[in-house]
Amino acid sequence: MSSSKKTPSRVQAGTTESTLVRWLLTGLALAFMALFLLLPLAAVFTEALRNGWGAYLEALKDPDAWAAVRLTLLTAAVAVPLNLVFGIAAAWCIAKYEFKGKAFLTTLVDLPFSVSPVVAGLIYVLVFGAQGWFGPWLQEHDIRIVFAVPGIILATVFVTFPFIARELIPLMQAQGNDEEQAAIVLGASGWQTFWYVTLPNIKWGLIYGVILCNARAMGEFGAVSVVSGHIRGQTNTMPLHVEILYNEYQSVAAFAVASLLALLALVTLAIKSAVEWRHERELKNGAELSPERPAAATP
Amino acid sequence: MAAGKNVLPGFQLTLGYTLFYLFLIVLIPLSALLFKTFSLSWDQFWSAVASPRVLASYRLTFGASLLAASVNVVAGLLVAWVLVRYRFPGKKIVDALVDLPFALPTAVAGISLSALLAGNGWIGQYLEPHGIQLAFNPNGIVIALIFIGLPFVVRTVQPVLEDAEKELEEAATCLGATRWQTFRLVILPSIGPALLTGFAMAFARAIGEYGSVIFIAGNVPMVSEITPLIIIGKLEQYDYAGATAVASVMLLFAFLLLLVINALQSWQRRRSGASA
Repeated sequence: MSSSKKTPSRVQAGTTESTLVRWLLTGLALAFMALFLLLPLAAVFTEALRNGWGAYLEALKDPDAWAAVRLTLLTAAVAVPLNLVFGIAAAWCIAKYEFKGKAFLTTLVDLPFSVSPVVAGLIYVLVFGAQGWFGPWLQEHDIRIVFAVPGIILATVFVTFPFIARELIPLMQAQGNDEEQAAIVLGASGWQTFWYVTLPNIKWGLIYGVILCNARAMGEFGAVSVVSGHIRGQTNTMPLHVEILYNEYQSVAAFAVASLLALLALVTLAIKSAVEWRHERELKNGAELSPERPAAATP
Repeated sequence: MAAGKNVLPGFQLTLGYTLFYLFLIVLIPLSALLFKTFSLSWDQFWSAVASPRVLASYRLTFGASLLAASVNVVAGLLVAWVLVRYRFPGKKIVDALVDLPFALPTAVAGISLSALLAGNGWIGQYLEPHGIQLAFNPNGIVIALIFIGLPFVVRTVQPVLEDAEKELEEAATCLGATRWQTFRLVILPSIGPALLTGFAMAFARAIGEYGSVIFIAGNVPMVSEITPLIIIGKLEQYDYAGATAVASVMLLFAFLLLLVINALQSWQRRRSGASA
């Protein structure tokens, strides 16, 4: 990054760089993004279609692939709603009230983010595995949690635990309590206040958190890999199925299943961007319509 | 927060549920790890966490993560700068693409990167004849970790750059500073805390990363075997004690990093609060 020695030709020149430097930096940034982000994404689809559409569709028709898709959908369908309810409850008590130990509680909510996925899987093996705390009891009653579907769901819930809470907490903190308190004073019940006042205010943050949580739930590999029994057609999620196919040198089939996950990622990014742009527009319109309270709804 | 009495209902219900769920999903299972670790004898623990193969994995994991997070600081600052300060066609799409590593499952990233960098891959085929190998050795690990960590730096620096006051830069220019001096002495200090936070987050994520790395690492003991893989290896041999011991070391380090990140974030908030 070299400085511009040219005399400033415009008023702005003091706070920007010469055209040459601007072009150079933009080019460098875009080249880096293309190399590190775009190329791997393109490779997934190219490798999947290496032998044409016929081979691609054939790979996706495999019953084991379908079983993996179903298990992944089931896992996300359980994990996301559980963390959604938790996220709303945690955000309500952390954002709307003052109490001792609040900062500590917030840190604990974030904790699963800093635990390695492999460690996340291991702790459930230690609790529910054959040698674990509840192992003997579970065996007596013939209940399988680890190396079976419940373990996969539990590990997924753990790794996606903070996603929705951490989107909602700062948003609800920024919005404050005024609107809710007005509703309560005017006679609304707690639930009515939540449904008609709070929920419309946090809906974008909520959608944002849910789609990110969903993407991680469907794509989690490390934690699920520890607690899954790796039984084809039974305890293989899509990412685990990709691993098995790849290790068996079935490259096209592995990339075909991977391409479904890459599509999921693209859809996630598209929804996320749409939510952000929509939110920005609403903020802009809101600011134009009611200039006397522009900061009230700003997260 | 509102002054006086808080009339909103639901505090006990939501706090109670939050604590119940937190204990059930996170704290009780994590405590199982601690109990198991404390049930080991010191010799058992030490031989598991300090064997040469495990020590080599720490060196590799920490070294590769440090290198990748450093690259991310430079590249992330560049991308954030270009996205905030310049206009170019397709900017919104580039901005959205930054989050790809968050959205793309790590296993997909892993097989895709190894397909690109392997000796017969798109990129690898041009490098292999020159003796450059990027896949199935520590180079591959660093590349995978750069991919994983990029959004952390961009997304922490971007909002700070957006809020930065241009008046300070104008003043610096008026006082005769070159653009480079302004960047080094005015802009860089103001985004310093955010850069450090992004670095720490990318580093923390890289240390625990598993999915994207194992496909491209080669996984040769003593050379390219990361610590999470050591845990998996011990589990596959039913060495629960050893796996737990190594996991407790990783967990301890994750706690320390979490504290550092929290401290950095509150420093950053104080800084932006003071200047606003």
